[in-house]
Amino acid sequence: MTGNSQTPWWEEADGDHSGTHFVLRLYVTGSTPRSTRAVEIIRRVCEERLNGRYDLEVIDIYQNPQAARDAQIIAAPTLVKILPEPLRRIIGDLSNSDRVLAGLNLVPATSPPGGTQG
Amino acid sequence: MNHGSQSPGSSKLLPKSLTGISGLDDITAGGLPTGRPTLLCGAAGCGKTLFGMTFLVDGAVRRDEPGVFVSFEETAPDLAVNVASLGYEVDKLIDEKKLVIDHVRVDRSEIEEAGEYDLEGLFVRLGYAIDSIGAKRIVLDTLETLFAGLDNVAVLRSELRRLFEWIKQKGITAIVTAERGEGQLTRHGLEEYVSDCVILLENRVEDQITTRRLRVVKYRGSAHGTNEYPFLIDDHGITVLPITSAGLSYDVSEEPVPTGVEDLDAMLSIGGYYRGSSVLISGSAGTGKTIFSAHFANAACARGEHCLYVALEESPSQIVRNVRSVGLDLQHHIDADLLRFEAARPSFYGFEMHLTRLHRIVETFKPTIVVIDPISAFRGPAEEVHSTLLRVVDMLKARGITAVFTSLTPADERLMSDADRGVSSLMDTWISLLDIESSGERNRGLYVLKSRGMSNSNQIREYRLTSNGVQLSDMYMGPDGMLTGSARIAQEWRARTLETQRQREIACRRRKLERKRLVLEGQIAELQATLAMQEAEIDDLSEAERLDAELVNHDRQVMARSRGVDE
Repeated sequence: MTGNSQTPWWEEADGDHSGTHFVLRLYVTGSTPRSTRAVEIIRRVCEERLNGRYDLEVIDIYQNPQAARDAQIIAAPTLVKILPEPLRRIIGDLSNSDRVLAGLNLVPATSPPGGTQG
Repeated sequence: MNHGSQSPGSSKLLPKSLTGISGLDDITAGGLPTGRPTLLCGAAGCGKTLFGMTFLVDGAVRRDEPGVFVSFEETAPDLAVNVASLGYEVDKLIDEKKLVIDHVRVDRSEIEEAGEYDLEGLFVRLGYAIDSIGAKRIVLDTLETLFAGLDNVAVLRSELRRLFEWIKQKGITAIVTAERGEGQLTRHGLEEYVSDCVILLENRVEDQITTRRLRVVKYRGSAHGTNEYPFLIDDHGITVLPITSAGLSYDVSEEPVPTGVEDLDAMLSIGGYYRGSSVLISGSAGTGKTIFSAHFANAACARGEHCLYVALEESPSQIVRNVRSVGLDLQHHIDADLLRFEAARPSFYGFEMHLTRLHRIVETFKPTIVVIDPISAFRGPAEEVHSTLLRVVDMLKARGITAVFTSLTPADERLMSDADRGVSSLMDTWISLLDIESSGERNRGLYVLKSRGMSNSNQIREYRLTSNGVQLSDMYMGPDGMLTGSARIAQEWRARTLETQRQREIACRRRKLERKRLVLEGQIAELQATLAMQEAEIDDLSEAERLDAELVNHDRQVMARSRGVDE
């Protein structure tokens, strides 16, 4: 979706939320491949797009099942965007970039031709 | 009613968990398969959630089997409130660690699918809930909500398959509810995964009357009832009415039960109905069917037996008042809890509901006598009415309950409907109350149309409803047939007159005879007196003669001496 570059997709995105603080929680299941991948991806996204404007907590529901219950977790892995509102649950290993950005309410850095910059 | 659960074979082969739902455990011969999932499907409002909760509460309260309720639709507080109407104290059970409610919220608008996932989150939560109280039972209500929240159906299906395997491995007895689907049992084909036991609930509306029905579609490795069974949800919980498979294998009794009307007892050779038999009292309007029933009920209560009176057309207070006019006081039997009224318009519930309610009262109140007044109030397709009554008769017979059914028949018996005829074949004793019209009057007569297993009077007896109850009078046969009412009274009077005349004649003759006897006795006395007189005369004469002779002799001696003649 995001063109032909060899750089990872998250570097192509640019946020229009320069002042917004993000509170994110990633619920994983131990160190399964999907969980590991999701952790890697969200860490990078945060570093490169949110410039320190975020709190990210990774929670292993195997260790803390009560947290899964409290946060209404069904699928694993699940990234919950608590702030900014509205609350979003991004489920899966986060390998689908558009969906992750849409879920975080971030726009891709390189927009389709003719697209507007925020 | 535990005929099923006692069969040793089935319980040995397949362990079962009782649900505590009266009737369902009978149909399934002991409950749901232990350690396996059961699929409970039905449309919205069928009572799936209540079924599930009943199963868990029963396990928690009675069988030391804690349970987990995973609710995909209702929140825990809502659920607690909804089942509180059935008397379940969910909060208390939660405090006692016998029950966990986990509300799983799936809100599609919040969810963004971005990559591969599984439902491990759900598994973790279930496992956590189960382990926290050592649960043996679980209800998933309604799992299919997941289909509405998640796009990836392939993942969902494989995860559901894994879920059911997981439940089996954990050895948890589960109920999985699902919405009824078009052309298949469930909307998303869950029956594909849960194949051990499938129960279908239905809400059917016929003629604006709703009937809930239950059917065990499938029960792997176990025999089960295959019919549709009506069930009822009310403040007593869930009651499923099992249609007894007992068939015609009832125990029969030789014991007579008095009818409450002495003269009627006399018409039946054993002095009443057989205990456990079914009696039909039919008659046209105003023939006193209710009064005969009330007599029967009254007599039963007076013996200290429990009697259930199902009033389908009149209110109980009306019946009590009306029969007081014939000298029956039912109120004190009600007060003593020997007599119980169950009043309901037949149209208010469906047949099934009536049956189910009746079944439950019979189970709890344990009457030995049941009156259903009148069965003609059941209106509907003849076949359905017939099968309903057949089941009522079966149910009561199986318990040895003597049942009296009244039926309103058209004044002209030839107009009797087929349904009535059909019913009559189910009855052991049939008492027909008649309107007899003659000489410009309407009078009441009764006869025993049939009474299986006993000889009975073939007489048509006239009866009157007096302040002392039903009174049977003798029938008179006149030249034009039976005499009733004033014709009978006239005949009675004529008979009485004839009798008095005869009495008078006898008395008269007796008086004459007496007089004759007196006369004759007088004559005898006179004759005897005459005889005595004559005898006395004779005695006098002979005495006089003797005296005369003595005198003559004496005179002669004196004369001789004076003449000095020597001897």
